[in-house]
This record gives sequence, structure tokens and C-alpha cells, in this order.
Amino acid sequence: MTEALQLVPKAEAKQSMKDFKSDQEVRWCPGCGDYAILAAVQGFMPELGLARENIVFVSGIGCSSRFPYYMNTYGMHSIHGRAPAIATGLAASRRDLSVWVVTGDGDALSIGGNHLIHALRRNVNLKILLFNNRIYGLTKGQYSPTSEVGKITKSTPMGSLDAPFNPVSLALGAEASFVARTVDSDRKHLTEVLRQAAAHQGTALIEIYQNCNIFNDGAFDVLKDKQQAQEAVIRLEHGQPVRFGGELSKGVVRDPATGDLKVVTVTPENEADVLVHDAHAASPTTAFALSRLADPDTLRNTPIGVFRAVERPVYDTLMSDQLDAAVERKGKGDLAALLAGGDTWTVVG
Amino acid sequence: MTSQVSSPAEQADGAVVGEQRKPAGTKDVRRLDRVIIRFAGDSGDGMQLTGDRFTSETASFGNDLSTLPNFPAEIRAPAGTLPGVSSFQLHFADHDILTPGDAPNVLVAMNPAALKANVGDLPRGAEIIVNTDEFTKRAMQKVGYATSPLEDGSLDGYSLHPVPLTTLTVEALKDFDLTRKEAERSKNMFALGLLSWMYHRPTEGTERFLRSKFAKKPDIAEANIAAFRAGWNFGETTEDFAVSYEVAPAAQAFPVGTYRNISGNLALSYGLIAASRQADLPLFLGSYPITPASDILHELSKHKNFGVRTFQAEDEIAGIGAALGAAFGGSLAVTTTSGPGVALKSETIGLAVSLELPLLVVDIQRGGPSTGLPTKTEQADLLQAMYGRNGEAPVPVVAPRTPADCFDAALEAARIALTYRTPVFLLSDGYLANGSEPWRIPEPDELPDLQVQFAQGPNHTLEDGSEAFWPYKRDPRTLARPWAVPGTPGLEHRIGGIEKQDGTGNISYDPANHDFMVRIRQAKVDGIDVPDLAVDDQDGARTLVLGWGSTYGPITAAVRRIRKEGGRIAQAHLRHLNPFPRNLGAVLKAYDKVVVPEMNLGQLATLIRAKYLVDARPYNQVNGMPFKAEQLAHALKEAIDD
Repeated sequence: MTEALQLVPKAEAKQSMKDFKSDQEVRWCPGCGDYAILAAVQGFMPELGLARENIVFVSGIGCSSRFPYYMNTYGMHSIHGRAPAIATGLAASRRDLSVWVVTGDGDALSIGGNHLIHALRRNVNLKILLFNNRIYGLTKGQYSPTSEVGKITKSTPMGSLDAPFNPVSLALGAEASFVARTVDSDRKHLTEVLRQAAAHQGTALIEIYQNCNIFNDGAFDVLKDKQQAQEAVIRLEHGQPVRFGGELSKGVVRDPATGDLKVVTVTPENEADVLVHDAHAASPTTAFALSRLADPDTLRNTPIGVFRAVERPVYDTLMSDQLDAAVERKGKGDLAALLAGGDTWTVVG
Repeated sequence: MTSQVSSPAEQADGAVVGEQRKPAGTKDVRRLDRVIIRFAGDSGDGMQLTGDRFTSETASFGNDLSTLPNFPAEIRAPAGTLPGVSSFQLHFADHDILTPGDAPNVLVAMNPAALKANVGDLPRGAEIIVNTDEFTKRAMQKVGYATSPLEDGSLDGYSLHPVPLTTLTVEALKDFDLTRKEAERSKNMFALGLLSWMYHRPTEGTERFLRSKFAKKPDIAEANIAAFRAGWNFGETTEDFAVSYEVAPAAQAFPVGTYRNISGNLALSYGLIAASRQADLPLFLGSYPITPASDILHELSKHKNFGVRTFQAEDEIAGIGAALGAAFGGSLAVTTTSGPGVALKSETIGLAVSLELPLLVVDIQRGGPSTGLPTKTEQADLLQAMYGRNGEAPVPVVAPRTPADCFDAALEAARIALTYRTPVFLLSDGYLANGSEPWRIPEPDELPDLQVQFAQGPNHTLEDGSEAFWPYKRDPRTLARPWAVPGTPGLEHRIGGIEKQDGTGNISYDPANHDFMVRIRQAKVDGIDVPDLAVDDQDGARTLVLGWGSTYGPITAAVRRIRKEGGRIAQAHLRHLNPFPRNLGAVLKAYDKVVVPEMNLGQLATLIRAKYLVDARPYNQVNGMPFKAEQLAHALKEAIDD
């Protein structure tokens, strides 16, 4: 296993997907994208080979946050937006656990936005799965912080007014050390992203485009329909030129005038200029520029894959190191000596 | 009985310092049984440090003592203004005392603002030591003195000692390579030296403290020590101070043991570390800085070698969230805050009630509502602690009564949290947090055993005979549910804020189940084992005074006054506010009158009126300061005579 999970005990026997299914009936709406994500995660877990009792799923509130009930691991379904904070306390105090956060666009980016950005900057050893369906599902269909401007919903009959967040851009701006995007229906891609996230040391944020077939059906069809996807989706692979479209006719190049990225038709003249994706680049600048390529309304030019994966000191490791250093410097805490510290005096009989 | 300082006196340079330093005997020495001193100056004058040092000297001398720091919320309010005045009051005695004192016998005023802000609290005849260097026309005008109070006769009723503290300090430090400004900064140490002479305080501890505080700047350390000694010598030689005073050690007031002076926040921090050791669980603090609770975060952060993890969160909600996550993982989890922070944490406290995990919520109460008075004390969060959540969400409440008692109260709160798997409120306040008193240091083997047993295996047999783990199957005695921490094989389970089925813990929307779960959570808290309320009764007393929290000192002092004058009154003080002691109803009904003094508008009084149908009389003060004993005695006398 990777270094990221070296403190987590291994499973004694080989595991299968059904080991990770709890006895609870799954209660999402029929056709919800959450089913596909659950299946992908349950299918991926045996590959990690971790002792099931050392895996914890923590969630907030929302449709996606029911996820822990369906995983046969330890789990906590907490309160709206607070899962990253709760998971931070758990992960920071228990380095022998593999801690996963399941959240949605409302939970993570609206009510819990503060906790998300701070978990990312701290680089706590958490894997955050952000199910983005660009709508509020559990409260029955209000617009979310990732909804496109002008969205008509129950709370915005004349169209929503606020500009959406781009979760990948936000995470990169919040000093995230691992940021990826994938799609619920692409199990192979989703699993590969989970694999890389699990191997990452520190906080990994995975934005998963997830279809809400009740309140925002077809939100990501352009990325799923084979024909359209070819033109709309940019698959990022570390070390590979960023090319897409039919016969990879399109590519991403740097605009020499602005330094920004743009999409061009690849020609023999400009072929050498096509950007080669470097997920491990020290600076997040290019990853950020990639995150801005997608049109928030049409989703054209949407990159998926791992935008950024860099090594950075991990909060829980640092915290534990400080405890060790304190013992080394001062010796293991002696309560009697602590209580009797400072100026004392003795009253004798 | 004797009292002695356990640390040997340090004789760094062979000069006459430390324990042995005594006034030369050419002046009168008078014996006093108690003294109240108040140091007052600008926020930047170092009055809190001066007070702390005088307190340490006094503690090591063996007097009983009680302190009251009082400072503005602004870090450096405009110099020389009334809002910028910071003060430190210390009451010390040769006998057992309970409060920082009502009215100072001695005021040290470092500037006109300090004089103006404090002179009203002085009884006629009190001694006033003023720094005359600061009494310039402009400084006096700034606070509204048209004429100099040092010359216009307005202080004739007091014993005034005009001392050019700044000039004398600068003069004493002329051989040091310091700018005038740097030298002036040591004037608080000059004042401390003078007061140390006046009251025969041991000086060795202060010199040792200064050397260690300025270990990296030995010049500054030596300059401060020189100023301190110059202040002492000034008292010894100048004719203005004809008398010095002795206050004998309070040896008889203290049981045998080793003592130290301790503030409420320090005692509370130590209590948490002790609880972690006694429970054999790692301590995890999730906290966001807030006055007057931040010192607990600071203190615990120093003790990582005890396995203490401190997490300064992005906000109050994350502070308690992280703590709750750590509790799920098997830590002794704590969050520390003040009233505004509790408001933000309420939803997570409700989650902890639903998850039934141990969690300490420490509320160092301050003046409210909203931001209120951050540096002043109040007891107005009691009802917030009791009821400030959605749904039926009972939380046990424990309150310390004195600064040193914060240690024991922290252990008691931890006992309840760990035994009953519940969040617990620990309600301290600003007065306890910053005030200090002598504390008999307990031996670790005197501390309660708080060991817990995590769930290790299945606890339920299903109908088909197979074994299962039910996370909400309760201990029949305590009604606590098992604490199964991640990493325990076979006990994988999911918990959450949605209503749970009794036993299995699975989501349940069943109406009868919800009714049952609401009642059993309440029954669990109601059934917590708390000691009976002890009553300090007096034959023939028909009036009971009932208090909780930091009013213990003033109430007890008031009761003593009443009894000394022949009045009859009984006293009881609550440590447990939820649940109340089993005998509380009977205690209340045994008296004709029940008076409840509180630093709020009658919150405990409301609770006991509602629960026991007793016509309790509230007596309330919400001015940011603790009750004065005299004022309380007067109010209680009126109730007795009514």
C-alpha cells in the first residue's frame, strides 16, 4: 500500500465488494447518480486492503450525506456542513484510520464552505468526495452554489442571481494538495481517481459530477453523451499533452499574449506548443488555468482527472511529530510535577 | 504551625535579597490581619504583571489571598484615558478569606485616570500612592480634573503619598545603557518594590521571575531588578513612609499540605490534563480563541508531552466539531469558549446529545448578550446551557465555585461525560478564570478513577441466536450506550443526528420510538449520580441563601458577617445545576425564605421556582463585577428581617 495509509492496519483476509455493503436498504431516488458512486466506492475499497474497522466515513447533511449508512465501516452522519471539521478531529487524533468525507455542493460549498477551505489548507489526511449535482435535492430543488446563473428553481422563479463556485478552482485557491474531478457514470475513471486520491498524503478533494434525476436531470449530459462528450470533455493525464475532440483535433496551449490557457485546433505548426499536463507542478497556476477552461453554462471544455497532486506536509503527521518532540524535550508528562510547578509553600502541622 | 517557602532563596550576587530581606527596624511596624491593595494604571503600564508578582510573593509568604484582575477589552486603549485603566486588586490575610475584598485599603495610581477611576471605591483614610510624574496639566485635563487633586484638598480624607515614580525609576537606572523610555517602563517594578517593603513581602521570587522572564535580555532583567530594589529602598529610607505592615501567614487557615497560588483557568486546564490521565484517554481540545477562555487553549498547548492535542479551529463550530470527531475516535474531548461561542456550538452540542458521546463544553461566561463585556464577569449563560438547543436536548451542567475549585469541577465534568456518554457543560466565569487563590496541590493518587471500558465485542443476541453489536443498547444502571471506537473489529456501526431506533441505532422515524428515545435521553441525564447538597445550617435559621458558581466567595463572606452580628442564616451552594441534587427540593422546603443571589436576572431562581414551586427570591447584579460581601450581607439581612 502507499505511504499515505501505512499506519492503517491491513485486512487479514481478502475482501470483496459485498464486505463493504451494510445491511441498510439504500434509499436514494431510483435513477440517482449516488447509486453509481456508492457502487464504485464499495467496489474500490477491497483494492485498498485496509482493515474495515479502521475505515470511517463522515458526512454532513444532504442526499449524498446518507452515504455512510450504506458502507459497512464505521460512520457518522453529522450536521449540515460540519463533516470536514468533525473528520479533522478524528483524523488528527487517530492516524491509524482511513477517514473519508462525503458531501455535496450545498453541504461543502455553502453552509460548510469555511470548514472545507480550512481542511484543504491544513492538509489533514482526509479524502473528500464532493457530489456536485448543481442543485439542492433533499430540500426539494432550490438552486445551489454551483448552479448556473439564471437557474429557475422554486426559490428563484425569475432565475438565480449569484455567480457559481467552480469547486476545483476554489480548492486550488484554498491550497489543496490534491484536486480532481470525475463523473458518476464513468466508473472506470471514477475508480482511477479514487485510487490516486487514496494514495495521496493529505487532503484529497474529488469533485464528482452527479446527476439528480429529480430536480436537475441531465445537468451533465453533455459530458456523458458519447458524441458530445468527445468535444466537451478534456481528460487530464499526468505527463500527457492536453488534447481532446475527434481524432484529438483540439489541444490546450498557452496564449503568449496573456499567459492564460486556451483551446485551439491542433495543427502541425502548433502541435509542439500543446500543454503537457503536470499534476505535480509546484505552482498551482496552470492547474487553476485548466480549471477555468470549462464554460459554466454549457460545460464545454470541461477537464476531468487529477488537476493537482503534490506532496505537502500533512497536518496530523505534524501534530503527532510535535507531541513526540515535546516528549523528547521535556520527557513524558509527569502530572505530580506539573501540579506542583511554580512557587509553592508548605504548611506543616 | 509554620509556613515556609519550599524553594531555596537564591543569593545570586551576595546582596541582601530574598527571604531574609527585612525592613531595618528603624521604622514602626504594625500588625494587620488583612489588607486590600489595588494597583491601577494604563493598560500598558504592566499592572496585571505587578499584581501577579505581588500575589506570588504573598502566596509564597503563606497568607490566604483572593484576587480580582479588571482590565479593558481593548489591548491598548488610548493612553491616559478612563477606559484605558487596568487594575488588579488583591486581598490577603492571616486568616481564611473568601473574596478579593470590597474596598481597597491601598490604591497605587500610576496616572490621573487610574486615580479618577478608582478613588470612588476607597474608604476614607485609605492610603493612596500616586505617581506624581504623570500628574501633568494635560493628563489631568484629559480625565476632567480642572485642578490637581493632589493639591486641591479633594484627597484630604485619605493618606496620600505623592511619589515621583517615573523620575525615581529613571534615576535608579541611570547606569544602565537604556533610553529614557526603556527605563520608564520599569516603574511598575519600582512600585512593586515599594509595596513589597510596606508589607514585608519576600522578594526573592520576583527577582527569580524577572531573570527568567528576560533570560534573553539580561540587561532588561537587571534593570527591572534594580528598579524593584530601588522601590524597596525608597520605602526603607524616605520619611513619607513612616510605617510598614506585617500580615502574618494564615497557617491556621490551611490544612497541612503543599500549596501554590492558582487562577481558575490554570486550575481548569490542569483539571483537564488530570482527567485525561485518570481516564487513560488522550486529551483533545478543539477551540477558537475567545476572551476570557483563550488562556485554557494557551495552557493546554504547552503540555503536548502529556499527549495533549490542541486544535485551533477556523471557527467555534469547527472547534467543537473537531472535538466531537475526536470523541468518536476515543479521546477525552473538550471545547472551550465563552457565551457567544456556545451560541455557535449549539447545533453540535445537540448532535453530541443525539450521538451520546462524551464531550466537555467549557463556557467561561462573560457579560452578554452578543459581544457584551468580553473582559467582565457574568453568570447569564445558565439557561443557555440548560435549554439553548433545538428539541429536547438535556445536557448536564457543572459549575466551579472558586478559582482552585475549577480543578475539581473539571474532573467531575469529565466523570459525568465519560460515565454517561454525554456532552457536559462546565460553567466557569471571567471572575473565576482570572482570579486566583491558594490551592493545596493534590497527590495524583487522591484523584478519582475515571477509567472507561470501550466496547470490545457483540452485546446483543438476535432472535436467530447470532451475536450482534447494538450501538444504542444501554447499560441498565447508567442508561449509557456503549462507546465503540473505530479500529475495533466487528463493531462497525453508523451513528448520526437523525433519530435512531432504540437498540440498533438504525434510522427510525417511528413515532413511538421517537417518544421513547426523547424520554430515555432525558431519563439518562436525570438519573446522573450527583452528591446531595450540603447545607451549612445554623440553629434557628429560617432563611436559606442558595448560590451557584463564582458567587460562593461573596455569599459565604456575607453569611459570616451576618452570623458575626448575631443573624441567623443557612447557606447552600450548587455544583450540579443539571441534574439538581436529589435532596434539593427537601432542602428548599425546610426554610421559610430562599434567597438566590446571581450575576444575572434570576436564572437559577427561575429554574428552582419552576421545578420545586418554591417562592425563591432573586437578588441580582449584572455590572460585570462580582458581588461585594457588604452589599450582599445587607441584602440578606433585609430578607431575614422581612
